[in-house]
Amino acid sequence: MTSQQDIHTPEFLTGDEFSIPTFRLLKQDGSLFEGATAPELDRDQALRIYQAMVTTRVLDERMMAAQRQGRLSFYMQCTGEEAAVIGATAALEDADMIMAQYREQGALVYRGFTYDEFMNQLFGNELDYGKGRQMPIHYGSRKLHYMTISSPLATQIPQAAGYAYGQKLAGEGHCTITFFGEGAASEGDFHAALNMASVHEVPVIFFCRNNGYAISTPSIEQFAADGIAPRAYGYRMHVIRVDGNDILAVLAATRAARRIAVEHNKPVLIEAMTYRLAAHSSSDDPSGYRSKKEEEAWREKDPLLRMRLWLIAHEWWSEEQEKALQEELRREVLETMKRAEKRPPPPLDSLVTDVYADVTPALQRQLDRLKTHIRQYPDSYPRGASSLDPDVAVGDDAATEGDA
Amino acid sequence: MPTMNMLQAINNALDIAMAEDEKVLCFGEDVGIFGGVFRATSHLQEKYGRARCFNTPLVEQGIIGFANGLAAQGSVPVAEIQFADYIFPAFDQIVNETAKFRYRSGDLFNVGGLTIRAPYGGGISGGLYHSQSPEAYFAHTPGLKVVIPRNPYQAKGLLLSAIRDPDPVLFFEPKRLYRASTGEVPEEDYQLPIGEAEVTREGSDITVLGWGAQMEVIERAVALAEKEGISCEVIDLRSILPWDEDTVAESVLKTGRLLITHEAPLTGGFAGEIAATIAERCFLYLESPISRVTGLDTPFPLTLEKEYLPDHLKIFEAIKACVAF
Repeated sequence: MTSQQDIHTPEFLTGDEFSIPTFRLLKQDGSLFEGATAPELDRDQALRIYQAMVTTRVLDERMMAAQRQGRLSFYMQCTGEEAAVIGATAALEDADMIMAQYREQGALVYRGFTYDEFMNQLFGNELDYGKGRQMPIHYGSRKLHYMTISSPLATQIPQAAGYAYGQKLAGEGHCTITFFGEGAASEGDFHAALNMASVHEVPVIFFCRNNGYAISTPSIEQFAADGIAPRAYGYRMHVIRVDGNDILAVLAATRAARRIAVEHNKPVLIEAMTYRLAAHSSSDDPSGYRSKKEEEAWREKDPLLRMRLWLIAHEWWSEEQEKALQEELRREVLETMKRAEKRPPPPLDSLVTDVYADVTPALQRQLDRLKTHIRQYPDSYPRGASSLDPDVAVGDDAATEGDA
Repeated sequence: MPTMNMLQAINNALDIAMAEDEKVLCFGEDVGIFGGVFRATSHLQEKYGRARCFNTPLVEQGIIGFANGLAAQGSVPVAEIQFADYIFPAFDQIVNETAKFRYRSGDLFNVGGLTIRAPYGGGISGGLYHSQSPEAYFAHTPGLKVVIPRNPYQAKGLLLSAIRDPDPVLFFEPKRLYRASTGEVPEEDYQLPIGEAEVTREGSDITVLGWGAQMEVIERAVALAEKEGISCEVIDLRSILPWDEDTVAESVLKTGRLLITHEAPLTGGFAGEIAATIAERCFLYLESPISRVTGLDTPFPLTLEKEYLPDHLKIFEAIKACVAF
């Protein structure tokens, strides 16, 4: 509904009216800001969160190294954004839907995706739920309510609005969170999604990871406004900006957002201010577009360090435990990587399954022709030839876990 | 059996689907209380409420993105794009998301519940942007099904199949026939198969193939040809993707000649795909080159629409040329 207020001189608004404060609770030394109250968080959940952050960090470090060694074709790190992603996930019910962009593996770690499951996807082997069809880091899990990643940016944002509308009609009290970067927020799908979610009163949380860069493009060349958050005004949507490296602030903000979404069927926009400490991907080199000095300044704001100091101050964690955890995780990464590397690729038949619910006659003819050809030149198609007669059924991880 | 026009048949199919399954939702621009600009969704909001039949903001990429999410969640969305000419803002959501949802997730997730309805085609003085036939763009995208009905009976049966199909379906409705085409339509629930063509007339000299609004044009051309003693076999392809190669090949093996007609431009049109496949499968049986009667390679015109369209006279002449080759 538009306002009825009249003016009789042409006075323009400039957009400067929309400047947004940042919600912070935890200082970098692990103590709370004056006047700040920590969200309710028991030892078990605090450690679940922190261990997920460390597990994600170790996975990312080792797999980037593996990519550099030529063992893996491609990789993307969550490094620097663990608090934003895991803090938000920890604020949800485990049955709430997550529709991520591609840098949110921490959410999967928090929900219990194992290193073996990560590795099977990264190496596209016969146990990959996605059947070796997508580049590394395009994870998905039905049992963990984590929508399979899609490379095109921002397409998941209106989908999240639709998914959440379905959840509202189902009436089971679930919501959807969708993650995206500040660059993806320039796509038309972002604007379409926010408008539709507001109009149709949908229980969805739009979680923007404003990490400063879209590959090499700094946010100052991405938008002229005060970040992403002011856009919520245009859609009359609840909005908060939060320090994305502050685990307590992210947790508190997202819990409150979930209440608004689920109890009042209102969408919420969260803009988490953070920094992509690593390169965009294994194919990127940030030294061409940003300074070491800038990176160092953000390394000092490391979200893991900040939470660790808070945990240690509570005597819930120690440097010894930290060391032991890191060592155990590093060993586990190497073991699971070795296992996954050795596994064969998915069978050739998986080339044509899942295009449709059933393989069409025309597609079956194409597959038959391909098999005949491969049998003629088996040495030229080693991966295809080795799996002409498959006996492996690729696992559907939801088979025993009920509905999404 | 009641007589219905195509809009009434479509409305009736939506009504049946919504009554049967509360997960079925209808939405799009002006789809709510107004019932859509063509009234295909009339009375559905009154009957099933605003939560299940509603207007959306004017944003096609949002409509289909929203619909993809709903379908992934387990709902059965029937999304309307007001004119097929305006489907292109949603092209990314359709070709990169809808079509690949099941494949890319290894069947963990799918949007099989989704049906996208859109009026297509010319003959209504709609000019460039209310006349296009975009089926060939989508036929190039594995994972989609593309269905086009020719009359009210077909529209109801095929739409009910599309809504219940385990794969996402693009359902293009020949808007020129919305009110012009009437016929007997059973009141009860029935389905017609997706992926199967239908031989609507048997003949021996030439196979004439089309879909949607062209079927009526073909009938007029065939009537002229029969007067000249040419026996035509007529096939309605009905599904553009996947398409029924076997029925078409079987017919051409018998008649030795094939003419394909569509309103869309010649170059890159779906007739080219059919011609290549049939040439491969029936080469030694062909008595004449496969003939295509289509729109010109231009944007859709306005005042020269009649000249542009592949009408019955152009088809009639092409039939004679094939037989005389």
